[in-house]
Formats: sequence, C-alpha cells, structure tokens
Amino acid sequence: MYTQAMDTAGKDADARKPVRSAEEAMLEARFDARIDDGAFIEAKDWMPEHYRKTLVRQISQHAHSEIVGMLPEGNWITRAPTLKRKAILLAKVQDEGGHGLYLYAAAETLGTSRDQMLEALHTGKAKYSSIFNYPTLTWADVGTIGWLVDGAAIMNQVPICRCSYAPYARAMVRICREESFHQRQGFESLLVMMQQGTEAQKAMVQDAVNRWWWPSVMMFGPPDDQSPNSAQSMRWGIKRVSNDELRQKFIDAAVEQAKVLGVTLPDPDLKWNEERQHHDYGRIDWDEFWRVIGGNGPCNRERLAARVKAWEDGAWVREAALAHAAKHEQTFKEAA
Amino acid sequence: MQASIDIASDAATQYLLRIGDTALILGQRLGEWTGHAPVLEEDIALANMALDLIGQARAVFSHAGAVEGRGHDEDQLAFLREERDYRNPTLVELPRGDFAFTVLRNAMAATFLRLLWTRLQASGDEELAAIAAKAVKEARYHQQHAADWVVRLGDGTEESRRRMLAALETLWPYAAELFADDAVDEAAAASGLGPRWSELKSDWQAQMAEVLGEAGLAVPAEAPFLSTGKRGVHSEHMGFILAEMQHLQRAYPGGVW
Amino acid sequence: MNDNVKPEGAEWPLWEVFVRTKAGLDHKHCGSLHAADAKMAIQMARDVYTRRQEGTSVWVVRADQIVASDPGDKDMYFDPMEDKVYRHPTFYKLPGSVDHM
Repeated sequence: MYTQAMDTAGKDADARKPVRSAEEAMLEARFDARIDDGAFIEAKDWMPEHYRKTLVRQISQHAHSEIVGMLPEGNWITRAPTLKRKAILLAKVQDEGGHGLYLYAAAETLGTSRDQMLEALHTGKAKYSSIFNYPTLTWADVGTIGWLVDGAAIMNQVPICRCSYAPYARAMVRICREESFHQRQGFESLLVMMQQGTEAQKAMVQDAVNRWWWPSVMMFGPPDDQSPNSAQSMRWGIKRVSNDELRQKFIDAAVEQAKVLGVTLPDPDLKWNEERQHHDYGRIDWDEFWRVIGGNGPCNRERLAARVKAWEDGAWVREAALAHAAKHEQTFKEAA
Repeated sequence: MQASIDIASDAATQYLLRIGDTALILGQRLGEWTGHAPVLEEDIALANMALDLIGQARAVFSHAGAVEGRGHDEDQLAFLREERDYRNPTLVELPRGDFAFTVLRNAMAATFLRLLWTRLQASGDEELAAIAAKAVKEARYHQQHAADWVVRLGDGTEESRRRMLAALETLWPYAAELFADDAVDEAAAASGLGPRWSELKSDWQAQMAEVLGEAGLAVPAEAPFLSTGKRGVHSEHMGFILAEMQHLQRAYPGGVW
Repeated sequence: MNDNVKPEGAEWPLWEVFVRTKAGLDHKHCGSLHAADAKMAIQMARDVYTRRQEGTSVWVVRADQIVASDPGDKDMYFDPMEDKVYRHPTFYKLPGSVDHM
C-alpha cells in the first residue's frame, strides 16, 4: 500500500564516505547531471552508494508495508458481510500481496535479496508504514482504510511513478493503476452504509473515522523541518513532493469527501483558510507517531509476530519445494 | 438478531446448494491463509483460488434462489441459513491445518469439482451449464496447482513427506461422502440437472491415484467412515465457521452493505 | 555487498517474467518473482502478473540464465560482471572461502 516518508532513517547518515577519489567525484557529477536532465537510472548503471542504499531501504520498506498491510484487512475476509464485499476484500488484499512482490523485485535489482529483506523485517531492523500498527475493530474500519489509508498512499505513490530509479518507477506505475480501485471501493462501502444503512451502521462508520483519521494524517511522515534526509532524496529524484505538501493535499481532499459521506472528521481545528487556499488543521500528536514507529503502537508486536510465524511455519514448505526441484533437475538434465 | 431463512426442500434447490456450499466453505477456508502463507507468491495463489470459489458460490446461489422461488438472494442463502441447512460435504469445512493439509484437501476438492463442472456443462439447466463452462477452467487450474504441491511435498524432504502422510490419513476418509448418493442425486440425474455424484467416483479415484503415485504416496485403504455434511449433519467445525461468517448479517438486521 | 547478515536456508531462485497480453504484440518484461521450479514459476507468473488481463502467453526465465549486454558506458568498471541483469548477490558465485560476504 504505501511507504511512509522514510526520512526517519536516522543512524544511516554516515553512509557518505568523507574522502572520494577524483574518479568517483566525476562519476557522481555526471550522475547528478543525468538526474537533472530527467533521465532514468537502470539497474546496472553506475550510482552513488548512498543513492543505492537509500533506494534499497525505501523500496524494501515500501514492500514490507504492503505485506504487513495484508494483515489488518485480511482479518475481515472471513467476516465480510456479503459475498460481494468478501470478494472485493480478497481481491484487494491479494493486490497488496502482489504490490509487495513487485516492490521486492524492484529492490532486488539493487543488490539485495528477498530473504535478506525479510530477515531485516523479521528482526525489527527494517520498518513498515506505521498505519498498519492499528487494529481493525469493525467492518467499517475496512472501508475507512480504503478511503483514508489508500487515499494517502495514492497521494504518496503517484509522484514516485516519476522516480529516477526506473525499476521502482515502473513498479509504481503498475501499482498506481491497480490502486485506484482500492480507494473507490472503500469509499463506496462507507457511502452505502451512511446513505442506506441503519443507525447502528452509521455509528460504526463514524467510530472508525474517529480512530483512523489522525493515524492517516501521520502517514505522510514528520513535518518537513524535521525530515533531514528529504533534501538529498529530492535532489536525486527519489522523492518528488514534500511531506507537508502531500499532507495538506490529502487533508483538503478528505474534508470534501467527508462532507459527501456525512461523517465528521475528529479535528475541531479543521477550517478553510481563505488566504492560504487550504484547510488549517489541528496539532498532530507526534509523540504518538514516534511511539508507534518505535514499536509501541497497539499492534506492532502482533503484526511482526504474525509475519515471523508465517515465515517460520513455512520454512519446511520452502525447503521441500527446493529439495523436490533439485531431485528433478537431475532427471530433467539427463532427459535433455 | 437477524433470524434464519427457511429453505425449500425440493431436490433441485438442494442439489444446487450442495455445489454452492462446497465452493463457499472451501473458499472461506482458503481465505484464512491470506497473509499467512509460506511465501508471498502462495498468498497470492491461494487468494486467487478463494476468489474463484466465492465467485462460483455467488453464481450458484443466485441461480439457486431463482430455482427455489422464495425470493432469497445470494447473501441470504450464504449467510442466513441454520447450520443444518448447509449442504457442503464435511471435507471442505475441516480447519485448514498446515500447508500439506490445505494442498491435499484442495487436490481432492478441485479434482472432484473439475469432474463435476465438466459434466454440468451438459446440464439441462442452461444457467447452470453456463456457470459450469466458466468454473471448469478455474477448477482445472486449482487442480493443477494443488496436484503440483502434493507432488512437491510428498516427494520433497522427510518432513514434508511426513506431513503429507499425516494429511492423507486425516483427509482420505472424508472422500467417501462425495460419492454417496441419495434421493437428491437420483432426482438430479432423472431431470437432467446434473450427474449423481457417485458417477464421478472412478475418474476421481484414478486421478487422485496418479497424483499420489507421482508424490510417492500410497492410496490409503477405504475405511468404514462416512461423513454427513451433505445431509446437513456437519462436524463440530461448521458451527465456528458459520458463527464467524454470519456474524455481521445476524447482528445488523436490515443492514445494507 | 550485503546490507544484512546472510539468512539461514537457501532461497528460491529468481525468475524474470515476460507477458504477451495480446496476439500480435511482443512479450514484455513485467517483473520478477521467486519460485522453486519452472512449473511453479509459470503458475505464479500467471497469478501475479496477469490478474487483470488475459495474458495470451507467459514466459519465465531464470534470472541467472539471462545474459545482458554491457550498459555501454566505459566508466562502468566498478561492476565486476557486466553480463548479468542485476546486482543480485546470489548471481555471483564466489569460491567457498570468500562466500561469506
């Protein structure tokens, strides 16, 4: 679904070597010029090590977000209220798995492997979007995630379709094509409940919005003035639009959408600002954000445990498949 | 609390519900794997199969509602029956178990469904025949996927073989029910709606024997065990599936989703 | 050039996927996936890359079987092997004594 602005890279600031040879300096200057020209970088092109590392981290964490994101929604597949909703949810969660796969594939072009990336996820070294550390408590949460979380994700993802690193850009084009169905379906599900549903259903929707609004707003990452790595990412065409700009765009769109739904967004400070031509909004609780990113959100431990369990429980399956293939590769070779 | 609906007991409706329920409950079990499969590619594959099966269930239930003639739509049929009115064979309601259990059950069910859908393409009921024409392609793919996995796991490592043997021992006795005929089968055969399920037995056995053989697994001996899900007398697992599946429909009477 | 400690167990090989969406068109590279064998790779390619449209034809090729041309720039001499498509660590078979990297 989405990668949070992973400017929360923190400790990796020493990735830049202090002394570079004249050769490298020249290569980097040429690289920067290519970026400025709007050229695409492919897998085997020369690239600064910091560029490569930043991308591996960003792409793999984006991939992790997709697959962890399958859990809060997958939670409701067996309880979907109609066959149509069950089918839609299955398709959506399946898409998320597919998106994770495209992204792992893109990351692998840069010198890491699927297993290495999963190891980083499972040991807590790699992050995923904080939004998936919240629980899905009602059916309305599913629609709300589609509306707000996928909505935020789309806003983040569209600019990445122009990312300088081509395999990532291509994966994003594919993902964006598939993503719009996700947001529309979520919104539509809420609209039906709000317009045609019972009072109990409407209350369910409002309750879900109350719980998911602020976490969605936080999906865009820390404010620009607290995102030190953004500048370099922007320079290299990895990041195209700033956190705050995307966040504002999202809030402006959501306010209008909330009116259509007939729900109230839980921010008493939301107000149109005629001068700015944008909505002013209330103070974000960044303590909560850092707490959740740091592993202490409502569901962090469960999410990771579920992924680790699936991986460990599946080890014998993966081994068996390889063993079988090895046995039969021999026969195949002999037959050739 | 939303009350249950009353189902017509005519043979045609019952015959259709058996098929729809088989797809629905198997789809429900496969849907549980999403996010928990051994590898991401299998999360996608299993979700794909669940989606196909739910699609088949929807088509069959819509049609069954029309045949029944009481104005029941696909969701009322799927979500609002009493347990005793669900007609899936017990095989598909068993918990998903480990991956060996799941792929073996898939192989058994998909082999069966493919044979059934193939015959149903010639059904005197045009709507059912049309549903079958689409479903048979899906069943073929499900069968292939499941059979390939049975072979990989049966002929993989010591551990995978051990787990396949355990799965086989648990699952095999539930096959007998698939082919045990009753008045519903007789009526369907007589009216041209579809074959007696017993007619599929020898092909099913042959195809399963081939897969198990390739996997290096012996076909278990037949045990004097007969499950009774098709009659509406289910295992203890069915209650839990339905509690989960039906909850929202039951808890929000008049709800619009 | 690993970013993390090498994990336990062998990985399923990487396959590249090419799909022809319509008769008359070329196969187009659309991505990659991991599969244990060719049969699985084809099935998975179908599940993953042709979910929304009927691909008329799917090719899968083990990534390490693909031979690629030199990107063309003489200044690429930082890369040890120009003939593979990716920087993937498992593509490069090293002698056992140095394979820990």
